[in-house]
Amino acid sequence: MTTARVALAQPRIAAAETLSRRDRRLGKILLAPALAYIFLLVAVPFLLAVFLSLTNSSAGSLDFSFVGLQNFRNVVGNAVFLRALRNTFIFTFVSQLLVMVLGNILARALMKPFRGKLLVRFLILLPWAAPISLATLSWLWIFDSTFSVINWLLKVAGWLGPGQWYYWLGDPVLGMIAIITVHVWRMLPFSTVILLAGLTSIPKEVHEAADIDGAGPLAKTFQITLPMMLPILTVAVLFGVVFTFTDMSVVYLLTRGGPYNSTHVLASLAFQDGVLGGDVGRGASVAIFLVPLLVVMAVLMLRISRRAEVV
Amino acid sequence: MRRRTGQRIASALGHRALILGFTAFAIFPFYWMLVTAFKQNADLYVGASNTAHNPFIFNRPPTLEHLQILFNNTLYLTWLFNSLWVGALVVLITLALAVPAAYSLARLTGRWGERLSIGIFLTYLIPSTLLFIPFSRLVALLGLQNQLWALVLIYPTFTVPFCTWLLMGFLKTLPKEIEESAMVDGCSRLSAIARVVLPLAVPGLLTVVIFALTLTIQEFVYSLTFISSVGRMTVSVGVPVALVRGDVYYWGSLMAACLITSVPLAILYNFFLDRFIAGFTVGAIK
Repeated sequence: MTTARVALAQPRIAAAETLSRRDRRLGKILLAPALAYIFLLVAVPFLLAVFLSLTNSSAGSLDFSFVGLQNFRNVVGNAVFLRALRNTFIFTFVSQLLVMVLGNILARALMKPFRGKLLVRFLILLPWAAPISLATLSWLWIFDSTFSVINWLLKVAGWLGPGQWYYWLGDPVLGMIAIITVHVWRMLPFSTVILLAGLTSIPKEVHEAADIDGAGPLAKTFQITLPMMLPILTVAVLFGVVFTFTDMSVVYLLTRGGPYNSTHVLASLAFQDGVLGGDVGRGASVAIFLVPLLVVMAVLMLRISRRAEVV
Repeated sequence: MRRRTGQRIASALGHRALILGFTAFAIFPFYWMLVTAFKQNADLYVGASNTAHNPFIFNRPPTLEHLQILFNNTLYLTWLFNSLWVGALVVLITLALAVPAAYSLARLTGRWGERLSIGIFLTYLIPSTLLFIPFSRLVALLGLQNQLWALVLIYPTFTVPFCTWLLMGFLKTLPKEIEESAMVDGCSRLSAIARVVLPLAVPGLLTVVIFALTLTIQEFVYSLTFISSVGRMTVSVGVPVALVRGDVYYWGSLMAACLITSVPLAILYNFFLDRFIAGFTVGAIK
């Protein structure tokens, strides 16, 4: 056992030590352009976003002056902002919860062999692979106020009586349901594929051993599958949360935040204030509210990657 | 015995129904694009309150009218061309930055390289919805407002981190001995990379090219923010923003544009998706 470990560990140590000075210098030279680009166009703009949120700069001119925390004070007292903040969490939480439940069901169903599996996998992946703005347009048409095919189905099924009608995108609650539906539709394939990768990575022998020991299906789920799936489940959730939390395309294209700013999320509100409204400082301070959650997600991801390295 | 067979049939049917339901949910919007793109207006705009008119099928013969409008009377082809032009340049920039960086992280840096690579990957998490405000300042400062060059400059901010990470993972799977033996034979490291490593890395490079291209063509937020002239829009913004004239939606042409753009992209993306997912799950599966 020890010898095996040493044999495995040795090449790495040897490689690290045999890196000559020239190789190390070359390594830095090759890395420099990408690092410089990322520094100039990701790190600096990120800091600029924080800086702008403390100023009164507007889209028309490059002049500005410091206003301290005034933007944040204005924003936090604003009902539209508070609604957007709440919506962002509701959309992210509800859609990710649904995606996790449905994704687990779907991934397990896809584990079984059946005819046409490759085709089904391809079709199920389409929502994630299609451009988000164009896919959302087709949902806009599905939720159309006059021609909604969903309303037609509900009429035929007798759910909507004569004179009853759903204005999907003209009503705060229905609008939120529509937005969540599109998020679930789009993120489900992504999470399913990640979960599928996790399920297939559990060795068959583990299940066989559990069968021999007389473990029932419930015990197998909770004592084998779930614990072994935990890291990958976390990865799926983390990315799903980040992608949903920061998205503005779905809200912007479906409802534009309406009716009466009731379906805005942080990202779409930042766009409305900072780009369309031209109040850069205010827009920046709205967008800054995305950062705390992203930091939490990044820390969790680092933890996972570190733990996986140790294993 | 008979009960067990019954159970098995029931569970097989349930499985079938589950798969069918999920597939229907996934592809319905695409089916809707297809049907809408080829329906006559008289068949399209009936109103959902008319329960006698089944919107799922063609009640009148299909028409090519919407496609003709799309190609002859709109700027769709211009937008498509703009997207491909930006995409091609972004792919080149991405390769120029990510290939050397990935090689360096895979081979020429020790422990700190590993940490740095995770840091680079995490920058992929900084969303466009946070950066578009500072970028609008930067773009104004450089005088690039309303120009595709602004997108060429900014798009690598999401392609470079992810592609560096993907390519680094790929290069690590190649045995070190290949370039070491080339170097023993008298090559310098750089020429060993060019002659031995890159040819072997073609599958990884191809993945990077496909991802940089598809991510670029799909991008919506930056393009919406920085491009205002209709003739300079990319396809992901031109279709939703400029195909709608006033409050009038030309759903037939609109859905035709969505279908023609997204299906080829989705197929391309699908072929490489496993590698893409592997990029996200490195570390969580071992």
